[in-house]
Amino acid sequence: MTPYDFTEDQIERYSRHIILPNVGGKGQRTLLRSKALVLGAGGLGSPAALYLTTAGVGTLGIVDCDTVELSNLNRQILHSTKEVGVNKTDSAKWKLKNLNPDVNVINYHLRVHSSNIFDLIGGYDVVLDGTDNFPARFLINDACVMAKKPLIHAGVFRFEGQAMTILPGKGPCYRCVFSEPPPPGLVPSCQEAGILGSIAGILGAIQATEAIKVLLGIGEPLVGRLFLFDALEMQARTITIPRDTHCAVCGKHPTITKLIDYEETCETDLVKNE
Amino acid sequence: MKIMTITLNGKKQEIGENLTISQFLESLNLHPRRVAVEVNRVIIKRDEFERHPLREGDEIEVLQFVGGGARL
Repeated sequence: MTPYDFTEDQIERYSRHIILPNVGGKGQRTLLRSKALVLGAGGLGSPAALYLTTAGVGTLGIVDCDTVELSNLNRQILHSTKEVGVNKTDSAKWKLKNLNPDVNVINYHLRVHSSNIFDLIGGYDVVLDGTDNFPARFLINDACVMAKKPLIHAGVFRFEGQAMTILPGKGPCYRCVFSEPPPPGLVPSCQEAGILGSIAGILGAIQATEAIKVLLGIGEPLVGRLFLFDALEMQARTITIPRDTHCAVCGKHPTITKLIDYEETCETDLVKNE
Repeated sequence: MKIMTITLNGKKQEIGENLTISQFLESLNLHPRRVAVEVNRVIIKRDEFERHPLREGDEIEVLQFVGGGARL
């Protein structure tokens, strides 16, 4: 027995983490006992889930309601050509279990909704938002604020991306920046605007990194800071985001105390985009 | 028209004097409901866009909604 109850294989597998000053055996044990929830097994969720799995995050929840399409494969690196037509959650689980059998991968083949989001996030230590639509984004933000659950946000668009870590009660939330979802159709989706696959890779990897930092309590997470990345210029900037004391969900006197399903507009939008 | 220098998304730029945020967004061809605007590290509420004048030296961040990964 080792001081941290690692197997010989685990000591070898995680050796490059264990020698890191901020991780060590203690940190690796913390990761193995941690639970992370990845919402969306798509462009952001793929790299995020892959790195959380290789990091040995002990329990990894994967939420997705879609099946793999050929057009997903420029960026959704959890899935392979032979898995076109397969549920993304199943495809993800096969890939992740093969990558690291230490990780307990839990599948949720469903669409997030006000009626299931609290049950979903309840058992997890950190939540990663890899969704592509604003009704889901605001629902996830509001639920995480209400449940005081750390949330790692990221978004990508063509050659650009952004990321922010939301620690409810400690820093601003998504609504402190964007007070309400944009009207349907005003913001083009990846389907309409295009996305370079590697951009999703960069931002998803940043989400995994932020999640690991939050789980280990190391470094300075992107709390109160929005990370902005532009690949064509190859420049990254981090801008300060203040907490909005009047924020409708995390402010001093919140006006949003129940979850909102902006679903109707979302469905219309999806149908229109098909 | 008199001009003034501001910083937009980290880059210095000259714009017309006394523009409001609304007029500035219009000049960029951006719908106010698809962005958030921060001036000198303060997020400006959307309903203040029409009456918030920009000043010489302002540091302006126009933040766009970006989508992402998976349909959920």
